[in-house]
Amino acid sequence: MEYLVQQVINGVTLGSVYALIAIGYTMVYGIIGMINFAHGEVYMIGAFTSLIGIIVMGLLGVTWVPLALFMVLLASMAITALYGWSVERVAYRPLRGSFRLAPLISAIGVSIFLQNYVQISQGARPKPIPPVIRGGFELMTSSSGFTVTLSYLQLFIIVLTIVLMVGFTYLITQTSLGRAQRACEQDRTMASLIGIDVDRTISMTFVMGAALAAVAGMMVTLYYGVIDFYIGFLAGIKAFTAAVLGGIGSLPGAVLGGLLIGLIEALWSAYFSVEYKDVAAFTILVLVLLFRPSGLLGRPEIEKV
Amino acid sequence: MTAPMLKIEGLRASYGAIEALKGVDVEIHEGEIVTLIGANGAGKSTLLMSMCGKPKPSAGRVIFEGRDITGMTTHHIMRLGIAQSPEGRRIFPRMTVLENLRMGAVVTDPAHFDQDLERAFTMFPRLKERQNQRGGTLSGGEQQMLAIARALMSRPRLLLLDEPSLGLAPIIVRQIFQVIREINAEQGMTVFLVEQNAFHALKLAHRAYVLAGGKVQMSGTSAELLGNEEVRAAYLEGGH
Repeated sequence: MEYLVQQVINGVTLGSVYALIAIGYTMVYGIIGMINFAHGEVYMIGAFTSLIGIIVMGLLGVTWVPLALFMVLLASMAITALYGWSVERVAYRPLRGSFRLAPLISAIGVSIFLQNYVQISQGARPKPIPPVIRGGFELMTSSSGFTVTLSYLQLFIIVLTIVLMVGFTYLITQTSLGRAQRACEQDRTMASLIGIDVDRTISMTFVMGAALAAVAGMMVTLYYGVIDFYIGFLAGIKAFTAAVLGGIGSLPGAVLGGLLIGLIEALWSAYFSVEYKDVAAFTILVLVLLFRPSGLLGRPEIEKV
Repeated sequence: MTAPMLKIEGLRASYGAIEALKGVDVEIHEGEIVTLIGANGAGKSTLLMSMCGKPKPSAGRVIFEGRDITGMTTHHIMRLGIAQSPEGRRIFPRMTVLENLRMGAVVTDPAHFDQDLERAFTMFPRLKERQNQRGGTLSGGEQQMLAIARALMSRPRLLLLDEPSLGLAPIIVRQIFQVIREINAEQGMTVFLVEQNAFHALKLAHRAYVLAGGKVQMSGTSAELLGNEEVRAAYLEGGH
Protein backbone atom coordinates (compact mmCIF):
# COMPACT_ATOMS: atom_id res chain seq x y z
CA MET A 1 0.00 0.00 0.00
CA GLU A 2 2.69 2.49 1.04
CA TYR A 3 4.74 1.49 -1.95
CA LEU A 4 1.79 2.21 -4.24
CA VAL A 5 1.20 5.65 -2.70
CA GLN A 6 4.85 6.48 -3.29
CA GLN A 7 4.61 5.43 -6.91
CA VAL A 8 1.49 7.52 -7.40
CA ILE A 9 3.33 10.56 -6.01
CA ASN A 10 6.23 9.88 -8.37
CA GLY A 11 3.87 9.31 -11.26
CA VAL A 12 1.93 12.53 -10.70
CA THR A 13 5.21 14.46 -10.55
CA LEU A 14 6.41 12.96 -13.80
CA GLY A 15 2.94 13.40 -15.29
CA SER A 16 3.02 17.13 -14.49
CA VAL A 17 6.14 17.46 -16.60
CA TYR A 18 4.56 15.54 -19.49
CA ALA A 19 1.36 17.56 -19.19
CA LEU A 20 3.22 20.86 -19.51
CA ILE A 21 4.98 19.65 -22.66
CA ALA A 22 1.84 18.03 -24.06
CA ILE A 23 -0.03 21.35 -23.95
CA GLY A 24 2.43 22.74 -26.48
CA TYR A 25 1.76 19.88 -28.88
CA THR A 26 -1.97 20.03 -28.54
CA MET A 27 -2.26 23.82 -28.87
CA VAL A 28 -0.18 23.95 -32.00
CA TYR A 29 -2.11 21.04 -33.46
CA GLY A 30 -5.39 22.74 -32.59
CA ILE A 31 -4.50 25.97 -34.30
CA ILE A 32 -2.55 24.92 -37.39
CA GLY A 33 -3.17 21.19 -37.59
CA MET A 34 0.46 20.13 -37.51
CA ILE A 35 2.48 18.09 -35.04
CA ASN A 36 5.40 20.25 -34.01
CA PHE A 37 8.03 17.53 -33.77
CA ALA A 38 10.60 20.10 -32.69
CA HIS A 39 8.67 20.74 -29.48
CA GLY A 40 10.67 18.15 -27.53
CA GLU A 41 13.83 20.04 -28.48
CA VAL A 42 12.27 23.30 -27.34
CA TYR A 43 11.76 21.64 -23.97
CA MET A 44 15.41 20.53 -24.02
CA ILE A 45 16.42 24.15 -24.70
CA GLY A 46 14.31 25.09 -21.68
CA ALA A 47 16.21 22.59 -19.56
CA PHE A 48 19.56 23.97 -20.72
CA THR A 49 18.61 27.60 -20.21
CA SER A 50 17.44 26.67 -16.69
CA LEU A 51 20.71 24.93 -16.00
CA ILE A 52 22.68 27.91 -17.22
CA GLY A 53 20.39 30.18 -15.23
CA ILE A 54 21.00 28.24 -12.03
CA ILE A 55 24.75 28.46 -12.57
CA VAL A 56 24.48 32.19 -13.27
CA MET A 57 22.47 32.66 -10.07
CA GLY A 58 25.24 30.83 -8.23
CA LEU A 59 27.87 33.10 -9.77
CA LEU A 60 25.85 36.20 -8.93
CA GLY A 61 25.61 35.00 -5.37
CA VAL A 62 21.80 34.76 -5.27
CA THR A 63 21.62 32.11 -2.58
CA TRP A 64 18.01 32.45 -1.47
CA VAL A 65 16.58 29.50 -3.39
CA PRO A 66 12.99 30.72 -4.00
CA LEU A 67 14.22 34.00 -5.50
CA ALA A 68 16.88 32.26 -7.57
CA LEU A 69 14.42 29.70 -8.94
CA PHE A 70 11.82 32.35 -9.67
CA MET A 71 14.32 34.39 -11.67
CA VAL A 72 15.61 31.32 -13.48
CA LEU A 73 12.05 30.32 -14.28
CA LEU A 74 11.19 33.70 -15.78
CA ALA A 75 14.42 33.95 -17.75
CA SER A 76 14.14 30.41 -19.04
CA MET A 77 10.52 30.89 -20.08
CA ALA A 78 11.39 34.10 -21.91
CA ILE A 79 14.41 32.70 -23.72
CA THR A 80 12.71 29.43 -24.63
CA ALA A 81 9.64 31.33 -25.82
CA LEU A 82 11.94 33.25 -28.14
CA TYR A 83 13.17 29.94 -29.55
CA GLY A 84 9.60 28.74 -30.01
CA TRP A 85 8.67 31.95 -31.77
CA SER A 86 11.73 31.77 -34.04
CA VAL A 87 11.10 28.16 -34.99
CA GLU A 88 7.58 29.03 -36.15
CA ARG A 89 8.77 32.12 -37.96
CA VAL A 90 11.69 30.49 -39.77
CA ALA A 91 10.58 26.92 -40.35
CA TYR A 92 6.77 26.80 -40.42
CA ARG A 93 5.31 30.11 -41.47
CA PRO A 94 6.93 30.14 -44.93
CA LEU A 95 5.38 26.72 -45.53
CA ARG A 96 1.85 27.69 -44.54
CA GLY A 97 -0.51 26.87 -47.37
CA SER A 98 1.93 24.31 -48.69
CA PHE A 99 1.12 20.59 -48.67
CA ARG A 100 0.42 19.06 -45.27
CA LEU A 101 3.63 17.10 -44.96
CA ALA A 102 5.94 20.07 -45.63
CA PRO A 103 5.88 21.65 -42.15
CA LEU A 104 6.15 18.19 -40.61
CA ILE A 105 9.37 17.49 -42.48
CA SER A 106 10.57 20.97 -41.61
CA ALA A 107 9.83 20.20 -37.93
CA ILE A 108 12.01 17.11 -38.03
CA GLY A 109 14.75 19.22 -39.59
CA VAL A 110 14.45 21.81 -36.83
CA SER A 111 14.57 19.05 -34.26
CA ILE A 112 17.83 17.66 -35.66
CA PHE A 113 19.25 21.16 -35.97
CA LEU A 114 18.47 22.10 -32.36
CA GLN A 115 19.94 18.86 -31.00
CA ASN A 116 23.17 19.41 -32.86
CA TYR A 117 23.24 23.09 -32.02
CA VAL A 118 23.08 22.31 -28.30
CA GLN A 119 25.50 19.40 -28.66
CA ILE A 120 28.07 21.65 -30.30
CA SER A 121 27.55 24.73 -28.17
CA GLN A 122 27.18 22.96 -24.81
CA GLY A 123 29.08 19.73 -25.35
CA ALA A 124 27.77 16.20 -25.70
CA ARG A 125 28.44 14.99 -22.16
CA PRO A 126 25.57 14.84 -19.65
CA LYS A 127 25.43 17.93 -17.45
CA PRO A 128 24.90 17.26 -13.75
CA ILE A 129 23.89 19.80 -11.11
CA PRO A 130 23.77 19.28 -7.36
CA PRO A 131 20.29 19.18 -5.80
CA VAL A 132 18.88 22.67 -5.32
CA ILE A 133 15.83 21.74 -3.25
CA ARG A 134 16.42 19.08 -0.60
CA GLY A 135 14.25 17.33 1.91
CA GLY A 136 10.56 16.57 2.07
CA PHE A 137 7.60 15.39 4.07
CA GLU A 138 7.53 11.84 5.40
CA LEU A 139 3.91 10.95 4.94
CA MET A 140 3.69 7.42 6.35
CA THR A 141 5.78 4.42 7.19
CA SER A 142 4.80 0.80 6.66
CA SER A 143 5.33 -1.98 9.17
CA SER A 144 8.23 -3.24 7.08
CA GLY A 145 9.95 0.13 7.36
CA PHE A 146 9.17 1.66 3.93
CA THR A 147 8.64 5.40 4.24
CA VAL A 148 6.47 7.33 1.80
CA THR A 149 8.11 10.66 1.02
CA LEU A 150 6.73 13.68 -0.76
CA SER A 151 9.85 15.70 -1.43
CA TYR A 152 9.67 19.50 -1.41
CA LEU A 153 10.75 19.37 -5.02
CA GLN A 154 7.85 17.09 -5.97
CA LEU A 155 5.47 19.37 -4.12
CA PHE A 156 6.99 22.36 -5.93
CA ILE A 157 6.54 20.66 -9.31
CA ILE A 158 2.93 19.66 -8.64
CA VAL A 159 1.91 23.02 -7.16
CA LEU A 160 3.63 24.99 -9.92
CA THR A 161 1.87 22.85 -12.53
CA ILE A 162 -1.51 23.49 -10.91
CA VAL A 163 -0.85 27.23 -10.72
CA LEU A 164 0.16 27.31 -14.38
CA MET A 165 -2.92 25.31 -15.40
CA VAL A 166 -5.21 27.73 -13.59
CA GLY A 167 -3.50 30.73 -15.14
CA PHE A 168 -3.49 29.10 -18.53
CA THR A 169 -7.18 28.22 -18.37
CA TYR A 170 -7.94 31.82 -17.48
CA LEU A 171 -5.84 33.02 -20.41
CA ILE A 172 -7.62 30.76 -22.90
CA THR A 173 -11.17 31.33 -21.70
CA GLN A 174 -11.19 34.94 -20.51
CA THR A 175 -8.65 37.04 -22.39
CA SER A 176 -8.80 38.48 -25.88
CA LEU A 177 -5.70 36.50 -26.87
CA GLY A 178 -7.37 33.28 -25.72
CA ARG A 179 -10.53 34.11 -27.63
CA ALA A 180 -8.48 34.89 -30.72
CA GLN A 181 -6.73 31.53 -30.36
CA ARG A 182 -9.99 29.67 -30.08
CA ALA A 183 -11.36 31.55 -33.08
CA CYS A 184 -8.28 30.64 -35.15
CA GLU A 185 -8.56 27.06 -33.98
CA GLN A 186 -12.17 26.84 -35.15
CA ASP A 187 -11.98 28.80 -38.41
CA ARG A 188 -8.85 30.67 -39.43
CA THR A 189 -10.41 32.37 -42.45
CA MET A 190 -13.31 33.68 -40.40
CA ALA A 191 -10.94 34.78 -37.66
CA SER A 192 -9.14 37.02 -40.13
CA LEU A 193 -12.50 38.29 -41.44
CA ILE A 194 -13.39 39.63 -38.00
CA GLY A 195 -10.06 41.44 -37.83
CA ILE A 196 -7.88 38.98 -35.92
CA ASP A 197 -4.22 38.91 -36.88
CA VAL A 198 -3.98 35.17 -37.48
CA ASP A 199 -0.20 35.07 -37.95
CA ARG A 200 0.36 36.88 -34.69
CA THR A 201 -2.06 34.58 -32.88
CA ILE A 202 -0.22 31.53 -34.19
CA SER A 203 3.09 33.05 -33.09
CA MET A 204 1.69 33.60 -29.60
CA THR A 205 0.59 29.97 -29.50
CA PHE A 206 4.15 28.85 -30.12
CA VAL A 207 5.39 31.31 -27.53
CA MET A 208 2.98 29.98 -24.91
CA GLY A 209 3.73 26.34 -25.70
CA ALA A 210 7.47 26.98 -25.51
CA ALA A 211 7.17 28.87 -22.20
CA LEU A 212 5.32 25.94 -20.63
CA ALA A 213 7.89 23.51 -22.06
CA ALA A 214 10.60 25.65 -20.45
CA VAL A 215 8.94 25.17 -17.07
CA ALA A 216 8.94 21.43 -17.71
CA GLY A 217 12.62 21.66 -18.68
CA MET A 218 13.48 23.41 -15.45
CA MET A 219 11.52 20.87 -13.41
CA VAL A 220 13.35 17.98 -15.01
CA THR A 221 16.72 19.65 -14.52
CA LEU A 222 15.99 19.99 -10.82
CA TYR A 223 14.29 16.60 -10.47
CA TYR A 224 16.82 14.37 -12.18
CA GLY A 225 19.84 16.62 -11.65
CA VAL A 226 21.30 15.67 -15.01
CA ILE A 227 20.44 16.66 -18.57
CA ASP A 228 21.94 16.25 -22.00
CA PHE A 229 21.21 17.43 -25.52
CA TYR A 230 19.19 14.31 -26.31
CA ILE A 231 16.53 14.46 -23.56
CA GLY A 232 14.06 16.25 -25.83
CA PHE A 233 13.57 13.26 -28.05
CA LEU A 234 12.13 10.80 -25.56
CA ALA A 235 10.30 13.38 -23.46
CA GLY A 236 8.90 14.88 -26.63
CA ILE A 237 7.54 11.60 -27.90
CA LYS A 238 6.07 10.75 -24.51
CA ALA A 239 4.39 14.13 -24.22
CA PHE A 240 3.12 13.63 -27.75
CA THR A 241 1.75 10.26 -26.64
CA ALA A 242 0.09 12.05 -23.73
CA ALA A 243 -1.49 14.57 -26.10
CA VAL A 244 -2.78 11.78 -28.35
CA LEU A 245 -4.07 9.79 -25.38
CA GLY A 246 -5.96 12.80 -24.07
CA GLY A 247 -7.20 13.70 -27.54
CA ILE A 248 -4.98 15.87 -29.70
CA GLY A 249 -6.30 19.43 -29.82
CA SER A 250 -7.93 19.17 -26.39
CA LEU A 251 -6.26 21.13 -23.58
CA PRO A 252 -7.83 19.25 -20.65
CA GLY A 253 -6.97 16.12 -22.64
CA ALA A 254 -3.29 17.04 -22.70
CA VAL A 255 -3.23 17.40 -18.93
CA LEU A 256 -5.15 14.19 -18.36
CA GLY A 257 -2.96 12.34 -20.86
CA GLY A 258 0.20 13.69 -19.27
CA LEU A 259 -0.84 12.54 -15.81
CA LEU A 260 -1.88 9.11 -17.09
CA ILE A 261 1.38 8.57 -18.95
CA GLY A 262 3.33 9.67 -15.86
CA LEU A 263 1.36 7.27 -13.67
CA ILE A 264 1.62 4.38 -16.11
CA GLU A 265 5.35 4.87 -16.39
CA ALA A 266 5.88 5.08 -12.62
CA LEU A 267 3.70 2.08 -11.86
CA TRP A 268 5.14 0.01 -14.68
CA SER A 269 8.67 0.76 -13.46
CA ALA A 270 7.71 -0.16 -9.90
CA TYR A 271 5.85 -3.40 -10.53
CA PHE A 272 7.19 -4.74 -13.81
CA SER A 273 10.38 -3.46 -15.23
CA VAL A 274 12.24 -0.16 -15.31
CA GLU A 275 13.92 -1.14 -18.57
CA TYR A 276 10.58 -1.48 -20.35
CA LYS A 277 8.92 1.68 -19.05
CA ASP A 278 9.23 3.38 -22.44
CA VAL A 279 7.65 0.36 -24.07
CA ALA A 280 4.66 0.77 -21.76
CA ALA A 281 4.15 4.37 -22.80
CA PHE A 282 4.46 3.64 -26.49
CA THR A 283 2.20 0.62 -26.29
CA ILE A 284 -0.41 3.05 -25.04
CA LEU A 285 0.23 5.22 -28.11
CA VAL A 286 -0.28 2.25 -30.44
CA LEU A 287 -3.43 1.11 -28.62
CA VAL A 288 -4.96 4.58 -28.62
CA LEU A 289 -4.22 5.07 -32.30
CA LEU A 290 -5.74 1.68 -33.08
CA PHE A 291 -8.86 1.78 -30.95
CA ARG A 292 -9.61 5.38 -30.09
CA PRO A 293 -7.75 7.72 -32.45
CA SER A 294 -9.64 10.77 -31.16
CA GLY A 295 -8.30 10.12 -27.64
CA LEU A 296 -10.10 10.28 -24.32
CA LEU A 297 -11.41 13.84 -24.55
CA GLY A 298 -10.86 14.60 -28.22
CA ARG A 299 -13.45 15.34 -30.86
CA PRO A 300 -13.84 12.98 -33.80
CA GLU A 301 -12.37 14.36 -37.03
CA ILE A 302 -15.67 14.62 -38.87
CA GLU A 303 -17.69 17.67 -38.03
CA LYS A 304 -21.17 18.67 -38.90
CA VAL A 305 -21.02 21.58 -41.30
CA MET B 1 -21.85 63.36 -57.37
CA THR B 2 -19.69 62.49 -54.38
CA ALA B 3 -16.90 59.96 -54.60
CA PRO B 4 -18.08 56.39 -54.12
CA MET B 5 -17.54 54.72 -50.75
CA LEU B 6 -16.18 51.67 -52.49
CA LYS B 7 -14.65 51.57 -55.91
CA ILE B 8 -13.44 48.37 -57.50
CA GLU B 9 -11.45 48.80 -60.69
CA GLY B 10 -10.37 46.06 -63.08
CA LEU B 11 -10.14 43.54 -60.27
CA ARG B 12 -8.62 40.18 -61.14
CA ALA B 13 -8.18 37.29 -58.74
CA SER B 14 -7.31 33.62 -59.01
CA TYR B 15 -7.67 30.48 -56.99
CA GLY B 16 -4.58 28.51 -57.94
CA ALA B 17 -4.49 28.27 -61.72
CA ILE B 18 -8.14 29.27 -62.19
CA GLU B 19 -8.81 32.95 -62.75
CA ALA B 20 -12.17 33.57 -61.10
CA LEU B 21 -12.33 37.34 -61.66
CA LYS B 22 -11.30 38.76 -65.01
CA GLY B 23 -11.43 42.49 -64.50
CA VAL B 24 -14.42 43.57 -62.42
CA ASP B 25 -15.57 47.17 -61.92
CA VAL B 26 -18.06 48.01 -59.19
CA GLU B 27 -18.98 51.24 -57.43
CA ILE B 28 -20.95 51.55 -54.23
CA HIS B 29 -22.11 54.84 -52.75
CA GLU B 30 -22.73 55.56 -49.14
CA GLY B 31 -26.22 54.57 -47.99
CA GLU B 32 -26.90 52.26 -50.92
CA ILE B 33 -27.87 48.65 -51.06
CA VAL B 34 -26.12 47.23 -54.10
CA THR B 35 -26.60 43.65 -55.11
CA LEU B 36 -24.42 41.41 -57.18
CA ILE B 37 -26.31 38.58 -58.82
CA GLY B 38 -25.09 35.74 -60.94
CA ALA B 39 -25.08 31.98 -61.31
CA ASN B 40 -23.10 29.51 -59.27
CA GLY B 41 -19.40 29.85 -60.02
CA ALA B 42 -19.71 33.30 -61.57
CA GLY B 43 -17.14 34.63 -59.12
CA LYS B 44 -19.47 36.44 -56.72
CA SER B 45 -17.99 35.09 -53.50
CA THR B 46 -14.49 35.45 -54.88
CA LEU B 47 -15.19 39.14 -55.42
CA LEU B 48 -16.26 39.64 -51.81
CA MET B 49 -13.36 37.62 -50.48
CA SER B 50 -10.67 39.20 -52.65
CA MET B 51 -11.90 42.66 -51.64
CA CYS B 52 -11.01 41.47 -48.15
CA GLY B 53 -7.63 40.18 -49.25
CA LYS B 54 -8.41 36.45 -49.50
CA PRO B 55 -7.13 35.73 -52.10
CA LYS B 56 -5.16 38.89 -52.76
CA PRO B 57 -6.15 40.44 -56.10
CA SER B 58 -3.67 39.75 -58.87
CA ALA B 59 -4.52 43.00 -60.65
CA GLY B 60 -6.79 46.00 -60.30
CA ARG B 61 -7.58 48.22 -57.36
CA VAL B 62 -9.99 48.38 -54.45
CA ILE B 63 -10.55 51.86 -53.02
CA PHE B 64 -12.50 52.17 -49.78
CA GLU B 65 -13.34 55.67 -48.55
CA GLY B 66 -10.59 57.11 -50.74
CA ARG B 67 -7.99 54.68 -49.48
CA ASP B 68 -6.34 52.03 -51.62
CA ILE B 69 -6.81 48.76 -49.75
CA THR B 70 -5.62 46.47 -52.53
CA GLY B 71 -3.04 44.01 -51.23
CA MET B 72 -3.57 44.86 -47.56
CA THR B 73 -3.81 41.89 -45.23
CA THR B 74 -7.30 40.74 -44.36
CA HIS B 75 -7.26 41.67 -40.70
CA HIS B 76 -6.15 45.21 -41.55
CA ILE B 77 -8.93 45.63 -44.08
CA MET B 78 -11.52 44.38 -41.59
CA ARG B 79 -10.41 47.04 -39.13
CA LEU B 80 -11.18 49.88 -41.54
CA GLY B 81 -14.96 49.68 -41.26
CA ILE B 82 -15.79 46.73 -43.49
CA ALA B 83 -17.48 43.60 -42.18
CA GLN B 84 -18.50 40.45 -43.95
CA SER B 85 -21.05 37.75 -43.37
CA PRO B 86 -19.35 35.16 -45.57
CA GLU B 87 -20.49 32.30 -47.73
CA GLY B 88 -21.49 29.36 -45.55
CA ARG B 89 -21.94 31.73 -42.55
CA ARG B 90 -18.80 30.42 -40.83
CA ILE B 91 -20.14 30.59 -37.30
CA PHE B 92 -17.54 29.51 -34.72
CA PRO B 93 -19.14 26.14 -33.97
CA ARG B 94 -17.74 25.58 -30.48
CA MET B 95 -18.41 29.06 -29.19
CA THR B 96 -21.73 30.17 -27.79
CA VAL B 97 -23.90 32.70 -29.59
CA LEU B 98 -22.73 35.31 -27.10
CA GLU B 99 -19.06 34.45 -27.68
CA ASN B 100 -19.59 34.59 -31.44
CA LEU B 101 -21.01 38.09 -31.05
CA ARG B 102 -18.12 39.04 -28.83
CA MET B 103 -15.73 37.83 -31.53
CA GLY B 104 -17.47 40.14 -33.97
CA ALA B 105 -16.60 43.03 -31.71
CA VAL B 106 -12.86 42.39 -31.39
CA VAL B 107 -11.99 45.44 -33.46
CA THR B 108 -14.21 47.90 -31.58
CA ASP B 109 -14.01 49.68 -28.27
CA PRO B 110 -15.23 47.23 -25.57
CA ALA B 111 -17.23 50.11 -24.06
CA HIS B 112 -19.72 49.79 -26.92
CA PHE B 113 -20.26 46.10 -26.42
CA ASP B 114 -23.34 46.07 -24.19
CA GLN B 115 -25.14 48.62 -26.30
CA ASP B 116 -24.28 46.82 -29.55
CA LEU B 117 -25.32 43.50 -28.07
CA GLU B 118 -28.66 44.96 -27.08
CA ARG B 119 -29.14 46.21 -30.63
CA ALA B 120 -28.28 42.80 -32.06
CA PHE B 121 -30.79 41.10 -29.76
CA THR B 122 -33.48 43.62 -30.66
CA MET B 123 -32.82 42.94 -34.32
CA PHE B 124 -32.84 39.16 -33.88
CA PRO B 125 -34.76 38.23 -30.69
CA ARG B 126 -34.12 34.61 -31.54
CA LEU B 127 -30.41 35.07 -30.80
CA LYS B 128 -31.20 36.34 -27.32
CA GLU B 129 -33.09 33.13 -26.56
CA ARG B 130 -30.18 31.10 -27.87
CA GLN B 131 -27.36 33.20 -26.42
CA ASN B 132 -25.75 30.43 -24.39
CA GLN B 133 -26.14 27.78 -27.03
CA ARG B 134 -23.16 26.71 -29.11
CA GLY B 135 -23.00 28.12 -32.62
CA GLY B 136 -22.72 24.68 -34.20
CA THR B 137 -26.07 23.59 -32.77
CA LEU B 138 -28.11 26.43 -34.31
CA SER B 139 -30.42 25.95 -37.27
CA GLY B 140 -29.39 27.36 -40.64
CA GLY B 141 -31.61 30.40 -40.24
CA GLU B 142 -30.33 31.14 -36.76
CA GLN B 143 -26.76 30.77 -37.97
CA GLN B 144 -27.45 33.28 -40.73
CA MET B 145 -28.92 35.73 -38.24
CA LEU B 146 -25.88 35.24 -36.05
CA ALA B 147 -23.50 35.76 -38.99
CA ILE B 148 -25.14 39.09 -39.83
CA ALA B 149 -25.33 40.14 -36.19
CA ARG B 150 -21.68 39.24 -35.68
CA ALA B 151 -20.68 41.31 -38.71
CA LEU B 152 -22.65 44.29 -37.34
CA MET B 153 -20.92 44.03 -33.95
CA SER B 154 -17.80 45.60 -35.48
CA ARG B 155 -19.81 48.78 -36.28
CA PRO B 156 -18.96 48.66 -39.98
CA ARG B 157 -19.79 51.37 -42.48
CA LEU B 158 -19.87 48.83 -45.30
CA LEU B 159 -21.57 45.49 -44.79
CA LEU B 160 -20.79 42.63 -47.17
CA LEU B 161 -23.35 39.83 -47.25
CA ASP B 162 -22.71 36.63 -49.14
CA GLU B 163 -25.89 34.73 -50.01
CA PRO B 164 -27.79 35.22 -46.79
CA SER B 165 -30.80 33.41 -48.27
CA LEU B 166 -29.00 30.21 -49.22
CA GLY B 167 -30.73 27.08 -48.03
CA LEU B 168 -33.27 28.90 -45.87
CA ALA B 169 -37.03 28.59 -45.71
CA PRO B 170 -38.86 31.42 -47.54
CA ILE B 171 -40.27 32.84 -44.32
CA ILE B 172 -36.76 33.14 -42.82
CA VAL B 173 -35.47 34.68 -46.04
CA ARG B 174 -38.16 37.35 -45.85
CA GLN B 175 -37.29 38.03 -42.24
CA ILE B 176 -33.58 38.40 -42.97
CA PHE B 177 -34.18 40.62 -45.98
CA GLN B 178 -36.46 42.76 -43.85
CA VAL B 179 -33.63 43.24 -41.35
CA ILE B 180 -31.24 44.23 -44.14
CA ARG B 181 -33.79 46.77 -45.35
CA GLU B 182 -34.15 48.16 -41.82
CA ILE B 183 -30.45 48.55 -41.07
CA ASN B 184 -30.08 50.35 -44.37
CA ALA B 185 -33.07 52.62 -43.86
CA GLU B 186 -32.66 53.32 -40.16
CA GLN B 187 -28.90 53.32 -39.69
CA GLY B 188 -27.92 54.33 -43.18
CA MET B 189 -25.78 51.20 -43.49
CA THR B 190 -24.23 50.67 -46.90
CA VAL B 191 -24.78 47.08 -48.01
CA PHE B 192 -23.17 45.03 -50.75
CA LEU B 193 -25.31 41.95 -51.15
CA VAL B 194 -24.29 38.91 -53.15
CA GLU B 195 -27.25 36.72 -54.07
CA GLN B 196 -28.36 33.88 -56.27
CA ASN B 197 -31.92 34.61 -55.27
CA ALA B 198 -32.05 37.38 -57.85
CA PHE B 199 -35.71 38.29 -57.50
CA HIS B 200 -35.56 39.00 -53.79
CA ALA B 201 -32.21 40.72 -54.10
CA LEU B 202 -33.41 43.03 -56.87
CA LYS B 203 -36.55 43.87 -54.90
CA LEU B 204 -34.38 44.90 -51.97
CA ALA B 205 -31.45 46.67 -53.61
CA HIS B 206 -31.20 50.13 -55.16
CA ARG B 207 -28.75 49.10 -57.84
CA ALA B 208 -27.41 45.84 -59.15
CA TYR B 209 -24.60 44.23 -61.08
CA VAL B 210 -24.82 40.95 -62.95
CA LEU B 211 -21.67 38.87 -62.82
CA ALA B 212 -20.99 36.04 -65.27
CA GLY B 213 -17.76 34.30 -66.15
CA GLY B 214 -15.77 36.57 -63.86
CA LYS B 215 -16.94 39.79 -65.50
CA VAL B 216 -19.72 42.30 -64.99
CA GLN B 217 -22.22 41.62 -67.77
CA MET B 218 -24.78 44.23 -66.88
CA SER B 219 -25.48 46.89 -64.33
CA GLY B 220 -28.18 49.39 -63.55
CA THR B 221 -30.90 50.21 -61.10
CA SER B 222 -32.78 47.25 -59.72
CA ALA B 223 -35.93 48.35 -61.53
CA GLU B 224 -34.07 48.38 -64.84
CA LEU B 225 -32.67 44.91 -64.32
CA LEU B 226 -36.00 43.53 -63.10
CA GLY B 227 -37.50 44.70 -66.38
CA ASN B 228 -34.64 43.48 -68.54
CA GLU B 229 -35.51 40.56 -70.81
CA GLU B 230 -32.09 38.88 -70.56
CA VAL B 231 -32.03 39.12 -66.80
CA ARG B 232 -35.54 37.74 -66.58
CA ALA B 233 -34.68 34.82 -68.79
CA ALA B 234 -31.40 33.95 -67.10
CA TYR B 235 -32.02 34.68 -63.44
CA LEU B 236 -35.67 35.27 -62.69
CA GLU B 237 -37.74 32.73 -64.61
CA GLY B 238 -38.20 29.42 -62.93
CA GLY B 239 -40.34 30.32 -59.96
CA HIS B 240 -38.30 32.30 -57.48
